Amino acid sequence: MAIGTIAARGSSRLRAGLEAAIEFLIRICGISAIVFVFGIFFFVFREGSELLFRGLNLKEFLFSPEWYPTSQSNVRYGVLALIAGTASVTALAMAIAVPFGLGAAVYISEFCGPRLKESLKVVIELLAAIPSVVWGFVGLTVMNPLIMRIFSVPIGLNVLNGGIIVALMSVPIILSIAEDALKAVPDSYREAALALGVTRWQLVYRVLLPAAKSGLLAAALLGVGRAVGETMAVLMATGHSVTIPGSLMDSVRTLTATIAAELGEAPVRSDHYQVLFVIGILLFSITFVVNLTADLIVRGIRNK
Amino acid sequence: MSAQPHIPAASVFGATALTRRKRLSEALARAVLFLMTLLMVLPLVLIVGYLVYKAWPVLSLEFLLTNPKNGMRSGGVWSPLVGTIYLVFVSLAIAAPIGVLAAVFLNEYARDNWFTRLINLAVVNLAGVPSIVHALFGLGAFVLAAGLGKSILAASLTLAIMTMPVIIAATKEALASVPMAFREACWNVGATRWQTIWNVVLPNSVSGILTGVILEVCRAAGETAPIMFTGAVFFKAIREGDPFAYGLFDQCMALSMHLFTVSTQVPGVPEALPYGTAVVLLGTVLAVNALAIVIRIRLRSRRKW
Repeated sequence: MAIGTIAARGSSRLRAGLEAAIEFLIRICGISAIVFVFGIFFFVFREGSELLFRGLNLKEFLFSPEWYPTSQSNVRYGVLALIAGTASVTALAMAIAVPFGLGAAVYISEFCGPRLKESLKVVIELLAAIPSVVWGFVGLTVMNPLIMRIFSVPIGLNVLNGGIIVALMSVPIILSIAEDALKAVPDSYREAALALGVTRWQLVYRVLLPAAKSGLLAAALLGVGRAVGETMAVLMATGHSVTIPGSLMDSVRTLTATIAAELGEAPVRSDHYQVLFVIGILLFSITFVVNLTADLIVRGIRNK
Repeated sequence: MSAQPHIPAASVFGATALTRRKRLSEALARAVLFLMTLLMVLPLVLIVGYLVYKAWPVLSLEFLLTNPKNGMRSGGVWSPLVGTIYLVFVSLAIAAPIGVLAAVFLNEYARDNWFTRLINLAVVNLAGVPSIVHALFGLGAFVLAAGLGKSILAASLTLAIMTMPVIIAATKEALASVPMAFREACWNVGATRWQTIWNVVLPNSVSGILTGVILEVCRAAGETAPIMFTGAVFFKAIREGDPFAYGLFDQCMALSMHLFTVSTQVPGVPEALPYGTAVVLLGTVLAVNALAIVIRIRLRSRRKW
């Protein structure tokens, strides 16, 4: 009897210990996301820091369009042309993806029946699943000859090609966040408007869009984040010319594509290698700010 | 012809110019929005159809089961296919436990305070970090600092960290959909927190977690940039027919990287070969994703509460 009690007490102590151990493990995993984000910043910064502190001319780095990382006599690390490449592809992609993504979100959330809605959402989800390298391949093999024929230009790997591909890639994320934002508008708004005899479109245009404004902005921002960070597709679809583009038909190279294209050839810890990590820090910072802003906006809505 | 003016029925009730304009704009808006949606949906069908059409000449079981040969100009995708399977499963083995437990922490343990908000923010940002920055991180942390070298393990660790937010998000959603009453009932019979989670909460959210896991597989299989510098190589032949031909510290080929290689880096590749590679990659990813969708739909129709 007494032994039984003691044994029970022992096992309950064991159980309490186990419980504490598991809870500790769960806590560790919980904070791992923070560790990873700091880890990413730390290690990318570490690889690039030596050059950064040894006197990489930041003004030249950011504002010079001259990128000659492997030149024998005149090494130049200016990323302005690469920034222009990223900016041009992102701008074109957003000019296409934001209206289409928002339009499709409005249609899916307000205009179509539940059956069609489900099927459309499945298709959009599959669209989001297409790997970036397959999009790049499509840009290379489908869009390239198409653009060459339609615009009669010698090469179809340019801003237009990359912009369209990146637009198709960012539509799913814009669409799903925008749809969430529309869904978050209380039904009483819809009922009040419909009771006044408005049409669906008037409801959307006059009531839902203004009410979901900040959520839609967050959707667009997340699209921008996606477009800026896109690597393989733009590497394959935009050509490889490090110049500030003058028109949609010019080939460009983005920040991401430059890292992907050159990291393999740069000797470890060389200046060239380190400057690619500095570009990585730049990219990390851009997407960090964009995502943070979008998150703050979304959180702001939820708290309301 | 009759001289009688046509009076629309609606005018009896006063169809003003305003009403007409209203109806017109409604119809116009509906049509335009529908077209926009269609234009976003159409590419999926067109792309898949076109790729399969172009790849048709090479698609066969033999294509899957032979190594790339002759400087990638003939043969199949055996070595990259096995490499991708390795990368997917090793990254899954790392990402799934940590991701699920992180979601358990966020949904079951964490109080709503600044620290929890910070974790959520970190998860969102982890999902938003560009894939090439993950590649730089993997190179700096796993390949160089941890001394793993270019290996399947280093590449999988990079992929795991990159895809973990997918698992965290799906698991969190699945856990949140388990009604609070289930937990309260379990606590009331004297179960501890973890016992409740293990015996009640997790079993009731397993399908949702599975969906997240499958989506992770899908992302991991398709990524190229993070593995390019951490473990994937242009070419490596392995024994055909042996699915365990790679070791954890070997470098490997991968389907995504192989598609990039044969379509941009190697001259003189027969046209159908890159298309075949693209179809195998796309087919795998879409099939896996469709599985997740089916599971989710069944789960929704079966749910008892």
